[in-house]
Amino acid sequence: MYSLKGEEETCLINQEFQSGQNCNEAAYVHAKKADNINNRPKTLDKVKNISLSDFIDAAENHDYVEILETIGQDDVKEFVKVGIDTDSTLRAGTFIQKDSTIVHCSKSIEGVEIKGIANALEQHDWLGEKYLWRLLSPEQDEITRSVNIKPDQGFFIWIKKGVKAQKPLQTCLHIAKEKFSQKVHNIVVVEEDSELHIIAGCSTSEHLESGLHIGLSEFYIKKGATLKYTMIHDWGENVYVRPKTAVHVDEGGVFISNYISLRPVGSIVSNPVTMLEKNATARINSILVAGKGTYMDMGSVVELNGTGARAEIISRAIVAGGTIISRGHLMGKEPGVKGHLECKGLILKEGLLHAIPELSGHTPGVEMSHEAAVGKIDKREIEYLMARGLDEEEAISTIVRGFLNVEIEGLPADLETRIDEAVKETEKDMM
Amino acid sequence: MLIIEELKVEIGDREILQNVNLHVPPGETHILFGPNGSGKTSLMMTIMGFSGYKVTRGKIIFKGEDITYMPIHERARLGVGVLFQRPPTINGLSTRRMVEICAGGKSVNVEALSKKLKFDDFIERDVNHNLSGGEIKRSELLQLSAQQPDLLLLDEPESGVDLESIALLGDSINNLLDRGIQKASPCHKNTIMSGTPKSALVITHTGHILDYITADRGQVLYKGQLRCSRNAREILKWIREYGYEECVECTA
Repeated sequence: MYSLKGEEETCLINQEFQSGQNCNEAAYVHAKKADNINNRPKTLDKVKNISLSDFIDAAENHDYVEILETIGQDDVKEFVKVGIDTDSTLRAGTFIQKDSTIVHCSKSIEGVEIKGIANALEQHDWLGEKYLWRLLSPEQDEITRSVNIKPDQGFFIWIKKGVKAQKPLQTCLHIAKEKFSQKVHNIVVVEEDSELHIIAGCSTSEHLESGLHIGLSEFYIKKGATLKYTMIHDWGENVYVRPKTAVHVDEGGVFISNYISLRPVGSIVSNPVTMLEKNATARINSILVAGKGTYMDMGSVVELNGTGARAEIISRAIVAGGTIISRGHLMGKEPGVKGHLECKGLILKEGLLHAIPELSGHTPGVEMSHEAAVGKIDKREIEYLMARGLDEEEAISTIVRGFLNVEIEGLPADLETRIDEAVKETEKDMM
Repeated sequence: MLIIEELKVEIGDREILQNVNLHVPPGETHILFGPNGSGKTSLMMTIMGFSGYKVTRGKIIFKGEDITYMPIHERARLGVGVLFQRPPTINGLSTRRMVEICAGGKSVNVEALSKKLKFDDFIERDVNHNLSGGEIKRSELLQLSAQQPDLLLLDEPESGVDLESIALLGDSINNLLDRGIQKASPCHKNTIMSGTPKSALVITHTGHILDYITADRGQVLYKGQLRCSRNAREILKWIREYGYEECVECTA
């Protein structure tokens, strides 16, 4: 029904496979300085010469844990880093998948369903018909093809009509097995006039050398409903991440997406598409930090398809030796839509920060704007703070901390501490 | 408090201060006059140690310590504080947090201070974000009230401020200089004032601020040199009547 088959969209989602084109070329040339590759590049990550076949599909099963509070301490350490709370009373529900095994799934409120996707597809005939592969196409590219047409991993979250979940629901997709390719298909259905906040964490075990995460997500936000989706990612230096996300927001619905990635990642390429109907709203925030060896190509496309639709894309990117391509594209297709795109980047240490804000208006009566700035910290700001008694290092971290301080509602309380830690680590690299 | 000897300063390759000698004793407030581009702000920036102001000769002594090449934050911690004319915006840092930073380790009642300076409506706003001229001055004074420096460097405290608000500014400057207390109970001056008496160096174009603060002395900075040192009001009168050139002629 909404599948993205237009050439333009495919191109946007599929950037990583178009060799030697536009901005990616510059980014790859930059990254290649570090990685001297003689062989013919493979398709998944040309810089690091990696393809899907470098990863393994099968992993051992893990034990199911009935009670959230009794999850082993080693695992808990990994999960809390990405926003997971092990106190089940603080969450509306929890879904944890380790490699290919669901190790925990529970809920604490009525009106919400949360379960493994395979299980859900078996239980609800309508799920396959109405929601599976409706926003994404299995034939889109190598990545979508790699996920089975009938998925067996990932989560299904369904909040019933009019239910307003007071507490957030949490999901965690964790890779523990070396070289494992974790492929999941997630579906979220938020029925009319309901409200839900999902904290979606993704992580890898500390000892993990390499892994691949492919996550396909299709979200349906019905009339007057609100979905807040907060993603906190903590990957690893040789972990490759290829999410594909499409979101459909019906009349008057609201989609708020927060994406936070502060730790190193081999490469991540993601360009979710959000489709807004009449009077629907999308607010998409991202906070990205790229240290040495990190390659991030992150974007967001919002189609404003109905009168009164509103969208805001805000990103803050910090490069400290790595590469960030920060994209954003607002498409105004009906009169009376409004959108703003703000893309700000700081380069603390040599690397590449490529901001690509795009606006396309298809009809008169669209109102869209963008603001992009890439630079270093203003010396005047540093000295101003020093004149108030902070030393240079403290002044810089105060400014960087402020730079990342995008107002994001409902973040886990200790996230600020972790942002501070990441900033400190980035500075260590700088010195 | 502050002694400047034979100070020569360059910005890039341009000599901006030629030979500045200045002495601000403890407890005194000096007013710095001078036409645009005469180097007044540069002198303040040099005293504070900002980059870009290269000292090529002479020295700056504060509280007996040579601070000529000291990093900015050490000067601040030693007790130098600046009221900036055009301070930068710091995105994502609330003024409240900034005031706490200014207080260093000391405890500070942000509510009370900001109320006093009529800044309580803006206290959660990012530092200097979308503030009017007067609001910027109040924000600066709020920060300085928490910082409690012994030497205040005030760069045009009244610029962009409406006449009514100047009184408020004058009051809080006097408070910062402990002059408010002095006025309230003159006979107990010695017991109430604690520590070092505070000093100030104030840049002004209009002289309006002189109606609200007590100036001990005025100086005219002209073409990179201090040319005149006498009663501040007298200097202001001369400048008004005869202009800067004539004014400095008298001491030449």
